[in-house]
Amino acid sequence: MNWLNILIQGGLLGGFYALFAIGLSMSFGIMRLVNIAHGDLIVLSAYVALVVTWYTGVAPFLSLAIVLPVMFGLGYALQRGLLNQTLSGGLLPPLLVTFGISIIIQNGLLQGFGAYDHRLKEGAIETASLQAGSFYVGVYPLLVFAVAVLSIAGLQLLFYRTRLGRAFRAVSDDADTAELMGIDNRKLYALALGIAMVFTALAGVLFGIRTIFAPSSGPIRLILAFEAVIIGGLGSMWGTLIGGMVLGIAQSIGAALDPTWQILAGHLAFLAILIVRPSGLFPRTKD
Amino acid sequence: MTLLQTQNLSAFYGDFQALFDINVTVEEGETVAVIGANGAGKTTFLRTVAGALAAAPESVVFDGKPVGHKTPHAIVRLGIAMVPEGRRLFPSLSVEENLLLGTHSERAGPWTLKRVYELFPRLHDLRHLPAPSLSGGQQQMAAIGRALMSNPRLLLCDELSLGLAPVVIRDIYECLGAITSEGAAIVLVEQDINRALDASSRFYCFQEGRLALSARTKDFDRAAISAAYFGL
Repeated sequence: MNWLNILIQGGLLGGFYALFAIGLSMSFGIMRLVNIAHGDLIVLSAYVALVVTWYTGVAPFLSLAIVLPVMFGLGYALQRGLLNQTLSGGLLPPLLVTFGISIIIQNGLLQGFGAYDHRLKEGAIETASLQAGSFYVGVYPLLVFAVAVLSIAGLQLLFYRTRLGRAFRAVSDDADTAELMGIDNRKLYALALGIAMVFTALAGVLFGIRTIFAPSSGPIRLILAFEAVIIGGLGSMWGTLIGGMVLGIAQSIGAALDPTWQILAGHLAFLAILIVRPSGLFPRTKD
Repeated sequence: MTLLQTQNLSAFYGDFQALFDINVTVEEGETVAVIGANGAGKTTFLRTVAGALAAAPESVVFDGKPVGHKTPHAIVRLGIAMVPEGRRLFPSLSVEENLLLGTHSERAGPWTLKRVYELFPRLHDLRHLPAPSLSGGQQQMAAIGRALMSNPRLLLCDELSLGLAPVVIRDIYECLGAITSEGAAIVLVEQDINRALDASSRFYCFQEGRLALSARTKDFDRAAISAAYFGL
């Protein structure tokens, strides 16, 4: 058994979990929206990609050119048309509404596609690997990890170097005052969920290439995303990446000890960190 | 010319009525004080004019148009900017980012970053620091600067003197002249009556949500104001 290898595989798996978590982290960070439907939106994105590949015959990677804008539009419309109406009444209404959306997506997918497992097929890259000394590293996990890092770096640039990002941070700090300074919060929230959904869709398609998905696959994705965000600390994007890696490494170690322990080990690591550092490793957002 | 006129303005927090039939006018370029004891409705008045509290459309008329029903961000775009009570700077933004936030109203005019830094030179030295690391007076300057960046025709100032040392308050009030000389009118809400009356040409005194007294500052002796203020 090679522990360094386990660390590397687990860390790369963390790239997936970080991608799962970006959208969740953004919508909580900016509008304090706890999106229970987040996992189902990841799965929905994979189905959208599946339909695109069926009808156009393009590979899943290319389908992103359609899936990402579609999911941006869906996120924008969802926030503008529905979730904005829930934000003035405290934490509970958005929880209930997104829980409802979660049920609608799961059952809609079940109705439309049946309970079968599906997978997006990208071809040779799925199984390609690189050799470095005695290590074999999968090209695909490496690619996904790179996408996660680039996504977070891109979002950091957006938040800290652009006018839109400044508005996002101001609204996150104090939405009422931002409105008094001329920011249209409702439009900004819609943009935020639209952008969050782009990363959610990216996660959905990339994970759909790696593993099978079914209409009921959403909730476990949601839990993994939640755990990555909480371990990393609310509001910190790089923290979310670290959180995803902690989760991935814990799962790899668990799997190495006994294959049935993989999922449990991740949850135990999450609980342990919650006990030792309840606000996560790198918290930024208060309340 | 009349810039702002409220006509029988009433405002509510749920079922609680906080303002009763308030009639206030502000002429272009003038400085008006709104004074009154704690809970008299001064802040409510400002928040209603700024759109944070809903009112009947015709009860707030700005530049000849009814605006009582408009949202805060739409009101800023028309040229009413607010310096909120307690400054309310954005803590995770730097001083300069706080100032730049005022540009989201997309109004052109005399006030730019450069002009704000000329008005408050200290802010230029501190521009890259996070807003909460500033002293109270510096934060107040940044809050005024942020409002100016939207190039308002009417600047609403809520309790500029709150929690500040007298010498700092004097510095800040000295800057108000530079703001009106660029054409903006100012509404000063203050509990510090002397300070507000010295800086303004007219005043309104609120008492329990109603207008108790209004007059030109120089026409009234302080005893009459005290009577209206305390409802004696």
